Amino acid sequence: MHKPNIDIDEFKINPQYRLQFEEAQSCYVLLFPEGLIKLSDSAAAILERCQQATTLGKLVEELKIAFPGVDGLEDDVRAFLVDALQEDWVLSAHSENV
Amino acid sequence: MLYKRTGFSQLTVKMSEVTYIPMWLLAELTYACPVQCPYCSNPLQISASRKKELSTEEWFEVLRQARKLGAVQLGFSGGEPLLRQDFVELLREAQRLGFYTNLITSAIGLDAEKISEFKEAGLGHIQISFQGADETTNKRFGGTDSFKQKSAMTREVIRQGIPLGLNFVLHRHNLHQVTKFLAMAEELGAEFVELANTQYYGWAKHNQEHLLPSKAQLEQAELATNEFRQNHGGSMDVFFVAPDYYDDRPKKCSNGWATTLLTVTPEGDVLPCHAAKMIPGVAFPNVRKQALDEIWHSSELFNKFRGTEWMVEPCASCPEKEKDLGGCRCQALMLTGDAANADPVCSLSPYHDKVKAITEKAQRPFNPEEPVPLLFRNMKNAKQFHAE
Repeated sequence: MHKPNIDIDEFKINPQYRLQFEEAQSCYVLLFPEGLIKLSDSAAAILERCQQATTLGKLVEELKIAFPGVDGLEDDVRAFLVDALQEDWVLSAHSENV
Repeated sequence: MLYKRTGFSQLTVKMSEVTYIPMWLLAELTYACPVQCPYCSNPLQISASRKKELSTEEWFEVLRQARKLGAVQLGFSGGEPLLRQDFVELLREAQRLGFYTNLITSAIGLDAEKISEFKEAGLGHIQISFQGADETTNKRFGGTDSFKQKSAMTREVIRQGIPLGLNFVLHRHNLHQVTKFLAMAEELGAEFVELANTQYYGWAKHNQEHLLPSKAQLEQAELATNEFRQNHGGSMDVFFVAPDYYDDRPKKCSNGWATTLLTVTPEGDVLPCHAAKMIPGVAFPNVRKQALDEIWHSSELFNKFRGTEWMVEPCASCPEKEKDLGGCRCQALMLTGDAANADPVCSLSPYHDKVKAITEKAQRPFNPEEPVPLLFRNMKNAKQFHAE
């Protein structure tokens, strides 16, 4: 299996997962077979932008506009992507066998 | 699980743990079932008549009300949910309402066309259960000749790309087959396998003496599972669920009584867990008479063991009470006679010797030739349990 390269790969939500806003919980959740993960607003903001294939660079660019004046944004997004890949919430273009 | 690691937003998730949300809806569509598993957790009193089952419209209403309450994961279960002629209609409505749908099935009655219909309707996940790792044992413990069908449908679900999990219920007579189960699952191409030891409710409790494995059997099976994991890399996730009779501390009831799970039975009774029908001295709310919202928030049944206020000693003053919430109410009832007692699996329970007495009997060495006098779950056998 190709090791994902966070800096250049494209990312997309794993098609087996579904991102959805839950009114009753007042937050976004990620749904998957027999389970769900409650997302913080920031995690949801990233995943929302992974509904279409995207890159770390594009994500950071978009998030900087949506959340102006936030420090350390790139590091946070990078750390999140590492976790999200690990958990299979998002797939990189390589791991998706594109 | 709460994901709150990223720090760039000042906003945090508004935790709603205080107002409980029934995020999981278990819809038991029918008790009718082509399989006769003697370890079924359904009540012994299942009825052969399907006349009182909720109608399509009534299920639609249940789904709508549950969704409004915040239910988002939906398990279609039973019995065999595919025996409902309206299954696809229910699936479509669930999907339309925003549920993530899981089908829990024996695969009997499934075919390629239906799988593609379910996929098109948006089904999120299928769990197929096997009763044995080969034709003979599958028939012996399921009472049906269905091994080839299950294998073929497993492959078909995978081929059509619906997420799939395989489920093997473990007990005294098949624990030694763990490696065989896993090899079979791998051969079929499964990505997720659950090796779930029998939970002793309903039919399983009735047959407990002949189902509960010895500790040695369990340890061997866990060892075999770990060995398989090591030798076969990470392409298949394997979950091993041990029976709580061998633990020192009990398991929470369904993530906490009336905190997360809402079960609706084929005839519309609403329960905080699928076994709760055995709790005595309390009226069982029914969707035909009451709104789900009211049942979830205000019914006597749902509030009876919510939180920790109801507890007696040793739970009431136990520093671990929040961790396991006193364990399973039904197990407490079955083994101590009072559902408010500590789950006797807990070594601090004054009734722990009851569990010990049961497990001690199970320590006899396993002999594959030993007789298997199990009562199979079918409508004929259920008759003897019907109250007059």
